[in-house]
Amino acid sequence: MSAKPEVVKEESMVVQKEMLAGYFQELARARESGKKVVYTFVPGNVTELMLSFGVVPVYPEINALQSGMRKRSMEYIRQAEKMGHSEDVCTYVKCDIGMMLEGNIGPTGEAIPPPDLLLCSYTGCFTFMKWFENLAKLYSCPVVMLHVPYRADGEASPAMVAYVADQLRTQVVPALERLTGRPYDEARLKAMLKLSAEAEGDMVRCFEAAKHRPSPIDGYFAGVYYIGPMFTAFRGTEDCARYYRQLRADVEARLAAGLGPVTPEGEVKEERYRLVVEGPPNWTHFREFWKLFYDRGAVVVASTYTKVGGTYDFGFRHDPGRPLETLAEYCMGCYTNLGLPQRAEVLSRYVADYHADGLLVNSIKSCNSFSAGQLQMLRAVEEKTGVPVGFIESDLVDPRYFSYANLKNRLDSFFQMLDQKRAPAGGDGRKR
Amino acid sequence: MDVYVGIDLGSTTSKAVVVSEERRVLGRGLTNTRSNYKVASDIAREEALHNARFSHLCDEMEARGYPAARHAAVYSDLDLNFRFEGYLLRLNALEQECERTLKASPELGVAPGAVPEVFALLRKEAYRTFDAQARNDSSKFFRDVAGSAFADAAETVATRRGEPSEPLVSLYDRSIVPAENRMLDLPFGEFLASACERTLAAHGEENGSSGFGRALTAAAGRASALPLEVRGMVGTGYGRQLLPFPEEMIRSEILCHGLGAHRVFPKTRTILDIGGQDTKAIQVDGDGVVTSFHMNDRCAAGCGRYLGYIADELSMSVKDLGPLACKADKTIRISSTCTVFAGAELRDLLNLGEERSNILAGLHRAIVLRAFSLLARSGGVRDQFTFTGGVARNVAVVQYTREMVRKNYGELAMNVHHDSIFMGALGAALFALRAGRGEAPPPPGTAEPDKSAACGPGCPAGRES
Repeated sequence: MSAKPEVVKEESMVVQKEMLAGYFQELARARESGKKVVYTFVPGNVTELMLSFGVVPVYPEINALQSGMRKRSMEYIRQAEKMGHSEDVCTYVKCDIGMMLEGNIGPTGEAIPPPDLLLCSYTGCFTFMKWFENLAKLYSCPVVMLHVPYRADGEASPAMVAYVADQLRTQVVPALERLTGRPYDEARLKAMLKLSAEAEGDMVRCFEAAKHRPSPIDGYFAGVYYIGPMFTAFRGTEDCARYYRQLRADVEARLAAGLGPVTPEGEVKEERYRLVVEGPPNWTHFREFWKLFYDRGAVVVASTYTKVGGTYDFGFRHDPGRPLETLAEYCMGCYTNLGLPQRAEVLSRYVADYHADGLLVNSIKSCNSFSAGQLQMLRAVEEKTGVPVGFIESDLVDPRYFSYANLKNRLDSFFQMLDQKRAPAGGDGRKR
Repeated sequence: MDVYVGIDLGSTTSKAVVVSEERRVLGRGLTNTRSNYKVASDIAREEALHNARFSHLCDEMEARGYPAARHAAVYSDLDLNFRFEGYLLRLNALEQECERTLKASPELGVAPGAVPEVFALLRKEAYRTFDAQARNDSSKFFRDVAGSAFADAAETVATRRGEPSEPLVSLYDRSIVPAENRMLDLPFGEFLASACERTLAAHGEENGSSGFGRALTAAAGRASALPLEVRGMVGTGYGRQLLPFPEEMIRSEILCHGLGAHRVFPKTRTILDIGGQDTKAIQVDGDGVVTSFHMNDRCAAGCGRYLGYIADELSMSVKDLGPLACKADKTIRISSTCTVFAGAELRDLLNLGEERSNILAGLHRAIVLRAFSLLARSGGVRDQFTFTGGVARNVAVVQYTREMVRKNYGELAMNVHHDSIFMGALGAALFALRAGRGEAPPPPGTAEPDKSAACGPGCPAGRES
């Protein structure tokens, strides 16, 4: 890498930045503008429904990961541990609770208003339930539960769809009506879902650009920025559709120019490894973690983490014709809600479709629901695809679980294993 | 002669292996890892190159009709006497360092004249000390041999002078680290010649007057003059990033252990390596290419250092742990996975009157259980299974491993090589050879067991200093 990184700013980055600034401004002024604030989770979020009522959604996981990136999470986790939360509790939860105890200061330096309602949609993670039980007490605030059945047998049956849609109709919608004093506006919701589907199509095209060699994007480290608007407070808005149109234009331009992915230190000039990654990234050392990859020309061509807030690449799009049913299907299709064989299947498809050289699992120490079964999935993918597989461990936002030396050591071995594996007749495959 | 060197800089020991163009192992070197990694790596490399010259000498003698089997005692003494010369050289360096420390830290309170007296005694006793240490099973690293000799000499001198011995011991503690971080220039030819003389004298062959003596002296001269050209060097191991090697000459220890084990046992598919602070479970294909691996994370309980800690708790030598554990009549269950807690558990059990052997059996079993969890995570144990690393020298660990393999994976071939500690360095040397030749490895299925990796009697194995 050159001493002075060449900073690449694409148009879509500027658009996203503006959107976020506007969002935090709206959030900071929610009280004075009389807007209601609803906290909810990313996987299985029914953002369009919430936005159709004019509420401002807040995603505590996003606050936690941003605190991690801003190096504030350790202090927040300590606060929560002081309160009695054990070392083994999900670090997102502790970070969020600690942040609340410290005044709930958001990334712009302004306080994030407390919730008027907690909308708990728990796809694949039962900690979500406990998390909001805690918040309900701490904020003395009502909770509405949306139970999303786990897709243990693979498909979401019509009965399961009806079950979730029925909860939306009889629990969530009335709760939002009570909260805002506004009636359910199906026409508005339908219009938003149409915009969602449009943005979803564009987003999929962006991620699928990584099937090309060299890939114009990193589908994991940059991917987490790409999913931002879609997975949070913007899905179903004009802004969101505009962002993904711009992102698609940016990605297609890179593709046409044969350029590699953008990193914090300029472009990846030579794509040396194409990887599929399973599991969330570490947020406390996000840059260092990413650097361990781009410094050696390793590009993540597909990742499952970028599907936790919705799996769109196998054809699902929100269908404005069936508003509540489509939301139900969306919730059940989130990656975290899939069974292990399905997750292994997604990974195997990624390896094949994206011509990956290897699969890497970043297992999260404090997240049992995501990490359980990852070794079996690893073996299943190894068996099915024959690509080398690697396993590393870190955490979401607890910096104590990020050991740079250990990670580097394992990644060194992993990349050298890929070199060796693809060299003719098993040579060490290194450039000399 | 063109040779290639692999260096494995481990957390406890640094290993080096020298291979020929024909992939034959010529020499091995072993030293304790110290704060200066470069010195540790240089010493291991020098040892391995000296060892290669010794192998050459043994080969030549064999060719001239003096087989190692018949003259094993002479070759072994020659090796010992050669190493003794190195011991004296390092003793001098230690004395200089002690004098330097004394000048810099007069507050240590060592009485004038005490240091020369200690070293005079050390030199007087040097041969006896060194010989006794070399012939038993204890550590042969300079810091250990000199350390215990120094403690004895300090005690004797202090008593004689009517002074406390503690200042002298503190002086040693402060001086040994800088002393062993110094790279000494060891004149191989000169030392070998004097070792030859001493050996032949001891074996009644004054001045090499007999045919054997003349042949040995001449062969020693040729071994010293043998031009050994190091054509390539690859570093691996825990400290590899700090080796002064170019980036492309550094390989992950996973790959090196995989290749090394495959070289010695070509049918290897699963490797368990337990080193000082790492446990690695490695799966390789028929060409020794790593397909999957798993390493211990965040906790190093069950590694070599764990055994070191337990040995300290019991005031025993690490080397005696395994044999004692094998004498157990039952295996006590040790529930702790943490080294420090296991130490506490050990003390509790001792206080309850439990036999040391039975407790040790439990501790060894605990090590193997941890290793098997890692093996399972890496994809299980496949035929053949090769056990490497320093801990593979522990008989009790090997015995439990064998039992666990049979119980969990059925009857399969398990390989443990007496030089298994060198597998990583061997793999690194083979990578150096490949890189040096700019070639791919031999075509699949042509690998032959490496007979040369096991050395014959009389040919000194890895030397320690």
